[in-house]
Amino acid sequence: MKKTIKGIAAPLSLANVDTDVIMPKRFLITITREGLADGTFADLRFDNEGEVRPDFILNKQPWTTANILVVGDNFGCGSSREHAVWGMRQLGIDACIGTSFAGIFYDNARKNGLALPIVSSETQGDLLQLASDANGGEISIDLETRTITAGDFKAPFEMDDATQTALIRGRDDTMDSLEYVDAIRAFEARLSDTMRVSVIR
Amino acid sequence: MSLTLYDKLVDAHKVCDLPDGDMLIYVDFHIMNEYTSPQAFSGLDTKDLTVWRPEAHLAVVDHVNATRSSEPHDAASKLLIDNLEANCTKQGIAFYGLGDPRQGIEHVIVPEQGLVAPGMLIACGDSHTTTYGAFGALGFGIGTSEVEHVLATQTLRYKRMKTMRVTVDGDIALGGTAKDIIMKVVQVVGAGGANGYAVEFAGSAISNLDMAGRMTVCNMAVELGARAALIAADDVTAAALQGHPHSGQFEFIGENWASDEAAVFDKEFTITGAEIVPLITWGTSPDQSVPITARVPSGSDYVSPKDKAALGRALQYMGLSEGQSAQSIEIDTAFIGSCTNSRIEDLREAAKILEGRHVATGVEAIVVPGSAMTRLKAEAEGLRAIFEAAGFEWRPEAGCSMCLAMNDDIAMDGERVASSTNRNFEGRQGRGARTHLMSPAMVAAAAVTGHLADVRDFTRKTSK
Ligand code: SF4
Repeated sequence: MKKTIKGIAAPLSLANVDTDVIMPKRFLITITREGLADGTFADLRFDNEGEVRPDFILNKQPWTTANILVVGDNFGCGSSREHAVWGMRQLGIDACIGTSFAGIFYDNARKNGLALPIVSSETQGDLLQLASDANGGEISIDLETRTITAGDFKAPFEMDDATQTALIRGRDDTMDSLEYVDAIRAFEARLSDTMRVSVIR
Repeated sequence: MSLTLYDKLVDAHKVCDLPDGDMLIYVDFHIMNEYTSPQAFSGLDTKDLTVWRPEAHLAVVDHVNATRSSEPHDAASKLLIDNLEANCTKQGIAFYGLGDPRQGIEHVIVPEQGLVAPGMLIACGDSHTTTYGAFGALGFGIGTSEVEHVLATQTLRYKRMKTMRVTVDGDIALGGTAKDIIMKVVQVVGAGGANGYAVEFAGSAISNLDMAGRMTVCNMAVELGARAALIAADDVTAAALQGHPHSGQFEFIGENWASDEAAVFDKEFTITGAEIVPLITWGTSPDQSVPITARVPSGSDYVSPKDKAALGRALQYMGLSEGQSAQSIEIDTAFIGSCTNSRIEDLREAAKILEGRHVATGVEAIVVPGSAMTRLKAEAEGLRAIFEAAGFEWRPEAGCSMCLAMNDDIAMDGERVASSTNRNFEGRQGRGARTHLMSPAMVAAAAVTGHLADVRDFTRKTSK
């Protein structure tokens, strides 16, 4: 059960940050979900020699401990790689606040407990400003009431019911869906033979 | 009630509603590749689950394999490939590995094998699964957790999207192709402009396209954020279903797979065919494109500080100056391949430009046919000879290759590529690599001139 997410937010205002940027492909040659923290935003965090880029927001105080990102439009576009979300979680990111997210990224996030509150452009602007303040305080995301608060600032966000439930309960979709075995069997029983695909004929 | 094609497809596959607003949706056919599936299989093992219906899945090696030879180029890619084969063997799933005559890029081989039909629902751990909408089928990309979900239940948790129709009416301009249609749509609707939407393409410019062209359009619809792209099934579709290994095996009855005439969409866009001219991208997002006869934008073209900043960043990464003419952009590499444009039709279009010409000095040109079958067909038609005589390297194996550079085809820092692929993101074709997206014929034109070039200059000359 997780009803609120609190912490320091970092501004990442770039638009169209794609999953290649979040998790460069050289980190994808793996058969596990682990060990992806270093790969996350690797080309933004490190230069070609592997040295830390001091000007990148997540490398600066106080944002080195940020667990919330305020992001630009259309975050998470591009490839379907769930590695992007696994890596963000392993880097300690609990939420990204933005105006719009790519569909597959949004679904991947929900499966891994990464909250993606959707806000208006105006709220996004306000939060980017709040997050940019090095002396700024904590941001709090209340999943139940769908509100973001930061000091005196308060704004609503959008999140569909199923995602909200999934994040709060932290459930396993595969196991949950297997409770509907009878409905799946009944659906299959209604399919004619030409609608039952078999690759192995 | 009048329904959109999208709603018909969703209704036909709905298993049941779920208490929290989602539904369970039935997946007729599921495709896997070697890099987004390993953790799904291990998830099954951890949870002690089995595959619900192994015969409804297909696994193919395409992303990490070398295309210079049928041997993996390194130990890491070999591990991924062997892991997929072992998982498929264990679960009884069809596997098209390296050396298999059916192997190739997933979205190229599925239609080639006759494994898609109107009315079908197809999922795959790859964002370009929207390609199957060209057949009036609902195809969409999923993440690895969802791959596990389909393997275990043959279903997905699904939320109905909003609907958008993009109508492209009238003949497209000379030199314009299906690639230019979708690049124009991405420019107009914007990258992310269709987030949350299923997009249907309509209008005479769309119905006039052959199946390869329709696939190109639906394939790149994900670049505008569409989670599904659809084109109504018609006679062209019906004809394209014939003559493949699995032809005649599937028929999804119950509906006519087109939107009802009075169907209402949540959002509509209309583009005139005459506006579809040869385009190139200049930036690092697929919506940053201009006609090949135009110039790269300048700061003064934008009003908002956000847009000005985005322009500056893109130009800096791309190594271009404001207002530079598109045709002055010199290239290092020409790449023809990817699930967007590596079909036989694409190779024929490029070969028309290359016949009797040669790649410019200093340009490295590569062509990777989308599948083993495409390659053999192209060789039989004499296309390989044309490409090779023009100085292109003809790859003996199929795969994604330099589309995403997960094998050994990696563009260097600062290297500039004219590419028939679908994404020009920072680092997509290699760290620091600069990608310009365009049609395959335009890549050929750039290869022979050494800079981005107008394909119409070539077709006009040859028609004399
Ligand atoms: S060709 Fe490119 S876009 Fe298509 S599946 Fe392969 S990597 Fe993805």
